Amino acid sequence: MDELPIRTGDDVVRVRQQVRVVAAKTGLSLVDQTKVVTAASELARNALVHGGGGLARVEVVTSALGKSGVRIGFTDEGPGIADVDLALTDGWSSGVGLGLGLSGARRLVDEFDLTSKPGSGTSVVVVKWSR
Amino acid sequence: MDRVPILKIGTTLFVSIQIDLQDESVVRLQEDLADELAATGARGVIIDITAVEIVDSFIGRMLAMIGSISRLFDAETVLVGMRPAVAITLTELGLSLRGVRTALNAEKGLELLNGRA
Amino acid sequence: MDVDSSQQRMAAYMRDHQDKVVGRWSEIVVAGLRGRSSVAEVRRELEDLYSLVVRAMSGADEQVAGELTAVLTELSGSRARNGFTPRETALGVFALKDAVFELVADVADLAPEYLAFSRMIDDLGLLTFETYAAAREQIIADQATAMLELSTPVIRLWEGVIAVPLVGALDSARTQLVMEKLLETLVATGADHAVLDITGVSTVDTEVAQHLLKTVSAARLLGAECIVSGIRPQVAQTIVSLGIEFGDIATKATLADALAHVLNRRGQRIGQQRPGQQRTEPQKPGPA
Repeated sequence: MDELPIRTGDDVVRVRQQVRVVAAKTGLSLVDQTKVVTAASELARNALVHGGGGLARVEVVTSALGKSGVRIGFTDEGPGIADVDLALTDGWSSGVGLGLGLSGARRLVDEFDLTSKPGSGTSVVVVKWSR
Repeated sequence: MDRVPILKIGTTLFVSIQIDLQDESVVRLQEDLADELAATGARGVIIDITAVEIVDSFIGRMLAMIGSISRLFDAETVLVGMRPAVAITLTELGLSLRGVRTALNAEKGLELLNGRA
Repeated sequence: MDVDSSQQRMAAYMRDHQDKVVGRWSEIVVAGLRGRSSVAEVRRELEDLYSLVVRAMSGADEQVAGELTAVLTELSGSRARNGFTPRETALGVFALKDAVFELVADVADLAPEYLAFSRMIDDLGLLTFETYAAAREQIIADQATAMLELSTPVIRLWEGVIAVPLVGALDSARTQLVMEKLLETLVATGADHAVLDITGVSTVDTEVAQHLLKTVSAARLLGAECIVSGIRPQVAQTIVSLGIEFGDIATKATLADALAHVLNRRGQRIGQQRPGQQRTEPQKPGPA
């Protein structure tokens, strides 16, 4: 498992590159690789811009039936999301009007798990499986 | 931070994005393009993203903004060379980039621009 | 899988009489398989499983749960491949209860431990069923993907125009495939127009319309305009009553209408040549 800090814009690029490397290893199709790397980019940027910085964890996972996939976890110590349901609704935006990109990222992956409480940061774990 | 070079050929500005761009570089590109458009009076902008493997919502919106900025200078922007995987992903993200014209490659992009001349 | 540590006594018994119990277990299983396997073959498979079960009963061992799952999954898969039903495989696992009962039936105070052991074996038997079901589902999924691939052709209709006849249900899996093939073909042919023919699409509802719109959106990002053709009268009524808007996407009744529309947009014409006459129709103007 790789742990990558998210403190700067360059870190977001590094997260993209690392996820791409791992995704390629798991035998994801090109389109699926693109989707998961893009989702990772959205979530890493969220952690940076809205979460004040955080951490990304990238690892290969294997399902019970032997399929491989890539799992990425993002954590930040930011203000957290007050209304998670609202944030996951299409078209919701926070403050600056650019949107959290959460609902978009969710559509790009197979599994999406978000936990957040105001004051205790946000954690998002996503998984994309090879077919 | 990497600055993306802008080429001027005739009345068209060419931008070819070769690497995985950091956010600041994209914003910088917007500024540089605005400067060039103002300075040269170019009528068209071609942004070649053939080599770009990832376009997320931020970069997508920046590209759309470049289209809007160009229009303010009475120039048309054409985004060319988007990869199928990128197009599918952007569509899934819900970004249609309706403000920017698109073409398969720079050559077709130029035809589009000249067509409107 | 809950491991009751008070199965220590039973575990000890089972370990001490491993040879006898596994032998008896193998016999019962073979009897149930109606001659399709020999005692020796079956015994080989069950020996490992038995040791793992005893280990599990002897005490908390982090690894053993994972190993048990792995061995049972393998057993389930191998039995399935050899044509045994999942019921037969599960009954084989349950048969251990009979073999062990014969061993401990007369031993005092083992009833509570036996019950705990029995529940554990029930769990393991059910696991083989789950594995079987999951494996079948994977086969179905793989076949569905293969079928999808076969039924999604992309046709070069004319210079600069490709056609995608959609047949059957347009669900998200097919839409993904259509988008991929459509876009790849656009790149390969340099086409700037695509006709999505939905004559063969069984139901057109809001979901299908969304899939079509997604496909059009993706094609546009590659500089291609899409036309939807094959709008049947009933479909037209459904679309309107559902309030689906196609916006600025042109829609036509037939593929032929769509082709004429595209040629018109590209400034091209297909004309009729009268016998003996030179062709006077205008050629395609300029670079296409």
